Amino acid sequence: MSQVELPSYTAQSPEVAARFAKIKLRPVILDIQNLTKTFHSHTTLENISLQVHRRELICVVGPSGCGKSTLIRIVAGLETLTSGKLLVDGKPVDGPGSDRGMVFQGYTLFPWLTVKRNVMFGLQVAGESSTIAESEARQWIELVGLSKFEHSYPHELSGGMKQRVAIARALANKPRILLMDEPYGALDPTTRCKMQSYLMQIWRQVDVTILFVTHDLDEAVLLADRIIVLGANPSRILEIIEVPVPRPRSVAQMLTPEFLATKHRIEELIHGTEEPAPLPNIRLTMAGDDVE
Amino acid sequence: MEREAKRWLVPYGDMAPLRQLVLVWISFILPLLAWALVSYVPFVWHPLVKITDPSGVSYFAKDILIERKTFDAENAKAAAAGQALAVGIPANPIFLPAPHEVAIAFYKSFTTPPKRKGEKWLHESLWQSIQIIFWGFTISSIIGLPLGILCGAFPFFSKITEPFVDFTRYMPAPAFGALAVAILGIYDPPKIAIIVLGTFFQQVLVVANSVRKLDTSLVEAAQTMGASRLQILFRVIVPGTCVDLYNDMRILLGWAWTYLIVAEYIGASSGITYFINQQAKYRIYDSVFAAILMIGIMGFTTDRILNWIGKQIFPWQKTSRPGLLRTIALSRQRKSREVAA
Repeated sequence: MSQVELPSYTAQSPEVAARFAKIKLRPVILDIQNLTKTFHSHTTLENISLQVHRRELICVVGPSGCGKSTLIRIVAGLETLTSGKLLVDGKPVDGPGSDRGMVFQGYTLFPWLTVKRNVMFGLQVAGESSTIAESEARQWIELVGLSKFEHSYPHELSGGMKQRVAIARALANKPRILLMDEPYGALDPTTRCKMQSYLMQIWRQVDVTILFVTHDLDEAVLLADRIIVLGANPSRILEIIEVPVPRPRSVAQMLTPEFLATKHRIEELIHGTEEPAPLPNIRLTMAGDDVE
Repeated sequence: MEREAKRWLVPYGDMAPLRQLVLVWISFILPLLAWALVSYVPFVWHPLVKITDPSGVSYFAKDILIERKTFDAENAKAAAAGQALAVGIPANPIFLPAPHEVAIAFYKSFTTPPKRKGEKWLHESLWQSIQIIFWGFTISSIIGLPLGILCGAFPFFSKITEPFVDFTRYMPAPAFGALAVAILGIYDPPKIAIIVLGTFFQQVLVVANSVRKLDTSLVEAAQTMGASRLQILFRVIVPGTCVDLYNDMRILLGWAWTYLIVAEYIGASSGITYFINQQAKYRIYDSVFAAILMIGIMGFTTDRILNWIGKQIFPWQKTSRPGLLRTIALSRQRKSREVAA
């Protein structure tokens, strides 16, 4: 099979380079310094350092079990770090808080609350009066296009709709950073594709910084400004890739050379370049029906 | 035929409502049929003989029940002596009345006054029992429900109470009967205490277990929205587990009924148990069956009613049919949507 010649993934067009230069001038929202997580004397994350700038969209990818979920949970404050520093807006993180909203793979909508009440939850918990909470919730529900369903219960919604409610619910608290832990992992490919476009649209409308964990490389390259590639055992950052695909992005760009080059580089990092060992041939044919 | 059988027996399968209804009816009709069979078909069981004509046998009298063996032996003796034979029909023991007798007793127990002055009617006895259950279950729940929720939500409360509760629940509540009487007298209080003792310890463990089954990611989601501990308890844990807790309470109420019978033996016997014992003393077994049946009907109807109420007050449950309130809410929404359009 002939190999397609791809450009280098580090080559950036002038617009893309200018965009990255601009991003780097923005203030740092999330600052992770030498973060290490040890669990039962087993190091799951080692020496992770990362600065996320305001309104940046960062994707974290890596092989399964590499601790990418652990990393985002530590940022959320749901798990503790063993050593290192974790700062949000320059202040150290101590436990979960509404400045770091989270969208989980399992939707985690409250089944006993309607869509509207789910979105109101964070506002009410923060002591907002219910009239204000209601009008703000309506606004966010409108943003994710579910106004018709504000009185529905979660079990009456499809997976994609549930995840849109979850995004609205997280954004309603006006978090400094939105953490998304494989949010589309449970969705079918068509819905996932729609949700990716949705997220990009929302991200253009709302001033929010996003840290997005995924195992889908296409998704990562499509969404991210920068991609953090984690390796396994112990997990450390293999490379931080600046995605050279220009914005605004669309699914049509998934076949452009810079897209493929970036994806190829991540695959190389995660799977290595070596050929897999040959497997033995086992026949399952019955006598007489074997084919060449 | 085989295909039909396969349709009725699908592992974890859904069943057509009509088929379900048929099976529900069969579940009641089958035992009733078995009872009727034993009662009405002369050659099924019927170990005794009811004398219709004593004839020559000196100690036989009309309408008394004699064991078949004795009857045959006496008749053999009479035949040998050349006397006329006693005549009788097959009968069941007095403790197994026929369905229609129980049905009549069931009706009569509400219409005929009690045998002796000062004794209670069936419905009065029942009312007394219901009060005992009510107070026992309420007192148990007032402490047991919150404690169980705390135990399920916070390992601190679980570790500090559950081992002891687990230990105590193995002591049978009736064993505390004598103690309860010594402390609380012979009337209602010791009976209520037995219900409380019987229910409370199970309640704490069952409730704690249901609370522990809550999807913890819901708690995490609330935390990432800045909810405090107290807010998580009252806005996530309580609403998130209340359907399960409601069903737990239904099951526990059934247990409370079981303890009732023991409780009513303690001190001055009272309530439905006293009624049953009195009827048994008079050998009015059809009334005994009627009273036991009454307890069954009471328990079953309460449970069905609670089940129905549950559907109404928890509209977010995934059920095939939404409850009444939810149906109304849905139709209102539809209307408002139409108006908006």
